[in-house]
Amino acid sequence: MSEGRSHVPGGQCTVLLAVLAMAALTAACGGGDFPQSSLRPQSDVAREIDTLFRGIFWLAMGVLVIVEGVLLLVIFRFRERPGAEPPKPVHGHVLLEVGWTLAPALILIVIGVPTMLTLWKIDRPAVDPDIRVEVIGHQWWWEFKYPDLGINTANELHLPVGQTVDLRLRSADVMHSFWFPRQAGKRDLVPGRENQLWFTPDSVGVYPGQCAEFCGTSHALMAMRLYVDTAEDFERWVQGQAEEAADAGALQPPDPAVEAGLEVFFGAGGCISCHRIRGTPAAGILGPDLTHVGSRGTIAAGVLENTPENLALWIKDPHDVKPGNLMLDMGLSDEQARQVAAYLLSLK
Amino acid sequence: MATANATVEERSEGGGLYAGGLWSWITTVDHKRIGILYFVSGLFFFLVGGLEAMLIRLQLTVPGNNVLSAEAYNQLFTMHGLTMVLFAVMPMAAGAFNYIVPLQVGARDVAFPRLNAFSYWLFLFGALLLNASFFLGGAPDAGWFAYANLTSSQFSPGHGMDFYILGLALAGAASIVAALNFIVTIINLRAPGLTFMRLPLFTWMTLVVSFLIILAFPPFTIGTIFLLFDRMFGTLFFEPAGGGDPVLWQHLFWIFGHPEVYILILPAFGIISDIIPTFSKKPLFGYPVVVYSGVLIAFLGFGVWAHHMFSVGLGPIANSAFSGLTMLIAIPTGVKIFNWIATMWGGAIRLRAPMLFSIGLVAMFTIGGVSGVMHASAPADLQQTDTYFVVAHFHYVLFGGSIFGLFAGIYYWFPKVTGKLLNERLGAAHFWLMFIGMNLTFFPMHYAGLHGMPRRTFTYPAGFGFETYNLLSTIGAGVTFLAIVLFLLNFLRSLRGPATASDNPWGAATLEWATSSPPPEHNFDLTPQVTSRDPLWHDGIVLPEAEDFRMPNPSSWPLVVAGGLLLAAAGALVGLPLALLGAAVALVGIFGWSFEPIH
Repeated sequence: MSEGRSHVPGGQCTVLLAVLAMAALTAACGGGDFPQSSLRPQSDVAREIDTLFRGIFWLAMGVLVIVEGVLLLVIFRFRERPGAEPPKPVHGHVLLEVGWTLAPALILIVIGVPTMLTLWKIDRPAVDPDIRVEVIGHQWWWEFKYPDLGINTANELHLPVGQTVDLRLRSADVMHSFWFPRQAGKRDLVPGRENQLWFTPDSVGVYPGQCAEFCGTSHALMAMRLYVDTAEDFERWVQGQAEEAADAGALQPPDPAVEAGLEVFFGAGGCISCHRIRGTPAAGILGPDLTHVGSRGTIAAGVLENTPENLALWIKDPHDVKPGNLMLDMGLSDEQARQVAAYLLSLK
Repeated sequence: MATANATVEERSEGGGLYAGGLWSWITTVDHKRIGILYFVSGLFFFLVGGLEAMLIRLQLTVPGNNVLSAEAYNQLFTMHGLTMVLFAVMPMAAGAFNYIVPLQVGARDVAFPRLNAFSYWLFLFGALLLNASFFLGGAPDAGWFAYANLTSSQFSPGHGMDFYILGLALAGAASIVAALNFIVTIINLRAPGLTFMRLPLFTWMTLVVSFLIILAFPPFTIGTIFLLFDRMFGTLFFEPAGGGDPVLWQHLFWIFGHPEVYILILPAFGIISDIIPTFSKKPLFGYPVVVYSGVLIAFLGFGVWAHHMFSVGLGPIANSAFSGLTMLIAIPTGVKIFNWIATMWGGAIRLRAPMLFSIGLVAMFTIGGVSGVMHASAPADLQQTDTYFVVAHFHYVLFGGSIFGLFAGIYYWFPKVTGKLLNERLGAAHFWLMFIGMNLTFFPMHYAGLHGMPRRTFTYPAGFGFETYNLLSTIGAGVTFLAIVLFLLNFLRSLRGPATASDNPWGAATLEWATSSPPPEHNFDLTPQVTSRDPLWHDGIVLPEAEDFRMPNPSSWPLVVAGGLLLAAAGALVGLPLALLGAAVALVGIFGWSFEPIH
């Protein structure tokens, strides 16, 4: 009774599946550039994970195609037909049951062994790290400290290419998760604990990352940026950051906007109660260190490009840019906001 | 309507069964009416959760969209998860437990009919209390798993989290009570001859799920009570500054949260394990293996919770153990899928609506299972956790699995409950639209996640390659919405249609089809004695000569007790007097309940 062709509308299913498969392929290939993709690894750890994932992926695809294929075959082949004999009441088959219990078990061994090997390779403290960075998560920005280099910066991490970084992760408030997909998997920043993460970036470039654990209203706007520099560029950056802030009064030629901005920053703006600028009386610790804010590519935790207009917008209406954040709206005029922006941008 | 005996035929006479005023529904202790109440409430919250999902998709259609504020978005994704898990899928499944299980075991009601009414009202009050938060200062907005310490009074100063704690406390208690009722019903009220290894798979999975509920909800309740104390009385369970640990919440939550996933999927597995044999005209292949694999999935489900926590930094030993155990679950799950396919193999398959949705479940759940194995691998999961890849995975499991299974059950049992048939053409259209819609919605999310899009973000920037995927997902959500509209049309139209369904319209084998459609209040005039696993296929029923029985009285005390507990919960928000009043009402209710004659 099992032979005999099905006359049923199998065609429409096949067409539909073909359309779905095409849609899937288009989705897979479309779009082009994926700057934050875990499938474009640029470090030793990310490559380990990617290799493991690709192996599992193709094995899983094999299983998927076989199971769905047999399912489709069964649907088309064993359709009820008028006049056919009733099906045989088969209740089971011991060998088959044993077989399809063992088959997935074997596949899982093939997946499990490399999983464990990779896990023990990456889930351990860094061995002989070249550089140490402390990461502190805040609602909703990142604080980066280089304890050996005396650097304190925010939202933009600079690392030398080919050097292993040992990250120590903490949180100042709630749970966050540190994630540069092209460098490593996620690691949470847990209040009251210190977590570790290491990787060795292997390609010079600029990479986006962002918080991956829901951490409140503006979780979506807690991004960050990683600059993987050549050894020389990194050295230059370190020297620039280690210095105290530029003296705004000594600019050549003098810039009246910058000087006016300085007045507001240290006066009516009240900025110094939360922000620090080394080499000046500004010594607040609640917000990001602004000693070299002018040298950063982005502001507001990777949300805006660091341009005079964006910076002024951020200073004037921080809550329009990032709902719920702790920066106070000091009621500055447009003019004052532009001046403060000019001053901050002078802090290269 | 106190007593009845086997010869009263007027009881089952035309149309009167579900008639009666509002009061008869409020005081009902009939498992069938309570099942309908559960189902209709679950369907209502399914629509609410669906609208929340539509708003979420609308906001994410394009990068930088402004349909919703960050605050509104965070409330909606939190409530979408809570609503779908606890107030849509669970009660719709509970509706089927209530209506079908007593029929499948040949009983006249559940073991504790008034307790059954109590669990329904308590569930409903929990759901209403939680949703009332939308109108009383804002819904909870920390995600359905509500990680500490974001939920502390410092970081969540509004009342949203209090509604979460209190609403889920009521609903959780309701679930535990209902689960105990079903365990006793299935173990004690089986018809003569209906041994465990003859039970229909749906009843088996109800039993397994009931054990899961009574074991999984208590740790969660403990977690919410800790949180309640932290928020209201200044304790420091999750407060790192005071020596507490926010990771403790994650353990308490996920040792509930992971079994909860099986609480959602195993009823669907049970439903299609009854449907596939019916529409293949073959007995279930490997019956004992399908039963044992369900039990094994439930058992293993308690040993894998920390696979939700691979990025927390528990260390390689814990991560290896949880990674390995999680992979093991793929074995019994795979075995089930193979047995369903083997049941169809060599069968005479009728692609009616219940079968379409059952096959849809097998096809879609397999995709979700395969992506599940990908993040069972802890290192791979470090890239996937908290991204849209995971969102894609669990929607293949919960939408492609639980929801497809529940719709299979709706089309399958609708004639039993109403005596009417749902329209097959509309049913097929509903299936295909929903099938296309869900794949269009959730398949692109795999790519969005792997390419670096985190979940729970109210917006995303342009230029990261997320645009196409999100646009496709939103279009897919629109298609799914249309599918649900078609279903509602079909449902309402058929309810008004003629009662044309026979007692056993599908030619099924299990006991619920041995009585009339719809069944009389007492289910069976004579208690069937069962002599085989598929009694209706093998003349496997022997009826006694005559029988005396009495049906329980309607009662309003369960509603009074549940109402008292609602007042007590509200009192935790409003003030002590209301809480005391609520406790007093509940006590009076329990007193009245205890001294009320049952028959």
